[in-house]
Amino acid sequence: MKYFRLIWKNAWRKKIRTSLTILSVFVAFLLFALLSAIGFAFRGGVDVADAERLIVIDKISLINPIPISYLNRIAATEGVEFVTHASWFGGYYQEPRNQFGQFPVNPQTYFNMYPEFNMPAEQFEAFKSNRSGAVVGQELADTYGWKIGDRIPIQATIWTKADGGRTWEFDLEGIFSTDDPRGSTALMLFQYDYFEEARAFAKGTVGWYILRVAKGADPVRVANAIDLQFANSPNETKTSTEAAFAQSFTKQFGNIALIVTLILGAVFFTLLLVSGNTMSQSVRERIPELAVLKTLGFGDRGMLGIVLAESILIMLMGGLLGLGVGWVLVQGIAKGMAAFLPGVYLSPAAIAGGVAMMIGAGILAGIFPALTAMRLSIIDALARA
Amino acid sequence: MSEILARLEGVSRIYQKGKERVEVLHELDLQIPKGDFIAIMGPSGSGKTTLLNLLGGLDKPTAGTVTVGGAELSSMSNNQLSHWRSTNIGFIFQFYNLLPVLTALRNVELPLLLTDFSSKERVKRASIALDIVGLADRAKHYPRELSGGQEQRVAIARAIVSDPSLLLCDEPTGDLDRETADEILRLLQVLNREHGKTIVMVTHDAQAADFANRSLHCDKGTLEAKEAA
Repeated sequence: MKYFRLIWKNAWRKKIRTSLTILSVFVAFLLFALLSAIGFAFRGGVDVADAERLIVIDKISLINPIPISYLNRIAATEGVEFVTHASWFGGYYQEPRNQFGQFPVNPQTYFNMYPEFNMPAEQFEAFKSNRSGAVVGQELADTYGWKIGDRIPIQATIWTKADGGRTWEFDLEGIFSTDDPRGSTALMLFQYDYFEEARAFAKGTVGWYILRVAKGADPVRVANAIDLQFANSPNETKTSTEAAFAQSFTKQFGNIALIVTLILGAVFFTLLLVSGNTMSQSVRERIPELAVLKTLGFGDRGMLGIVLAESILIMLMGGLLGLGVGWVLVQGIAKGMAAFLPGVYLSPAAIAGGVAMMIGAGILAGIFPALTAMRLSIIDALARA
Repeated sequence: MSEILARLEGVSRIYQKGKERVEVLHELDLQIPKGDFIAIMGPSGSGKTTLLNLLGGLDKPTAGTVTVGGAELSSMSNNQLSHWRSTNIGFIFQFYNLLPVLTALRNVELPLLLTDFSSKERVKRASIALDIVGLADRAKHYPRELSGGQEQRVAIARAIVSDPSLLLCDEPTGDLDRETADEILRLLQVLNREHGKTIVMVTHDAQAADFANRSLHCDKGTLEAKEAA
């Protein structure tokens, strides 16, 4: 810390140059924060996936429904603790742009399967006892300003009603939340029985099954046993872990992780060139001063440390500012996009990774100038003074 | 006879310039008693600065030994020399060589950063050093806000702040007018006489040399005592 003043003063020797460098670092880390948060949303399901939960879908495609008759057979499979199911409804609220996930489910088994969702007991009981009842996550309720008792009309894009209507009306009976900040609550759940009774087609089917593997059972063996049961049937199944399911779902949008990595790679490569050049220039300009410091007794390692610390300091100033502004923007984006892209979240891991990148980039940008300072010949440098 | 602070024995320094070998110092012997104030004069390229560099542990002899305060410098590593310099030697340069981004006080504090003193103690010692050179009221001024003479005083304060036994001055008045130069030289005399600092000063200026206890003439790599005019 005693060298901080010296490092700080040196960093601000050329105010405009340092400010521009910090600005470029700021932009790079702002981008990093935004892309990390959006990337998190795309693979959000993977991160919050429970290793003990398996998903059973139609072998050909997720959009192919599976018979409800599979429920008992899956439940009876060795190693399965219990099963629930869900289906994709795909409607919108008031306008087509207001799209979010709506799922007809069995309230009791679904909430047993997802204990991370919290809802007051009386709201849950009300939901179970009302066939046209629905519950929504806190994010969704906040987005549309819904409160318990509201009647919410959802326009179907797939599931027309048996009477030809496309408007499904639900009574909002409860609002659930999750303690896990990574988990999204931008979804609506309603009674499968009501859906089954009212829909015009595909009766007797569900979208997918979700099962919990019994303690001590091998998830891979359980998955194989389920798929084997339905082999050579009209609806063969594909059973995978929740994480694998989430990953395959995400891949429908392209390899988001690769795209994010490529963009950030290009940004950080440019950043290294800019900041590396700044540090080299800065050290070149004060070779005589560095020689004076060495004359006064600053050792080789001390010189290396001082220049590297300056480089890291510049990265941290721009980077932390970028992450900070990014964090604020992410809060806004997460609220604004909760319904379309739930789970936009700047995770502590991403922040820690960002800080590690700042330090790493600082070292990379500063290492060559620092080595120059370390290897400086005092006599030659003083002769240049 | 007074105690010897620095001793050069059979010191030669040869530089390789391309294919040419240039012998700057030739089998030079010198003893510097503690408390002495020596002026070294001589033409450019005569080896004066090289001699100063050897005494300060900035350079190593090609042959011979340099001993300062009991430490044999030629056998020390670069890191050992750095540490040794920080506590035993004060350097004063012709062009002051202050860090422009630091105030006078912070420039003087620099050598103390290498010690274990607390921040408060460092500031206290730096303030005392500035007071000794008569610049206590300029502590918060940046070098660009000081005159040449004041800058050199700050450089002297920096040189004495860690209380070294030997001050090495390379043309300390070379960039100053006569009046200011004399002020600086009187200050060096005070440091020598009242604070017991041993001073070796390289200079081209015969009037400056008059402020020293004795003068040596350096030419073609050898030293000889200069007769008083």
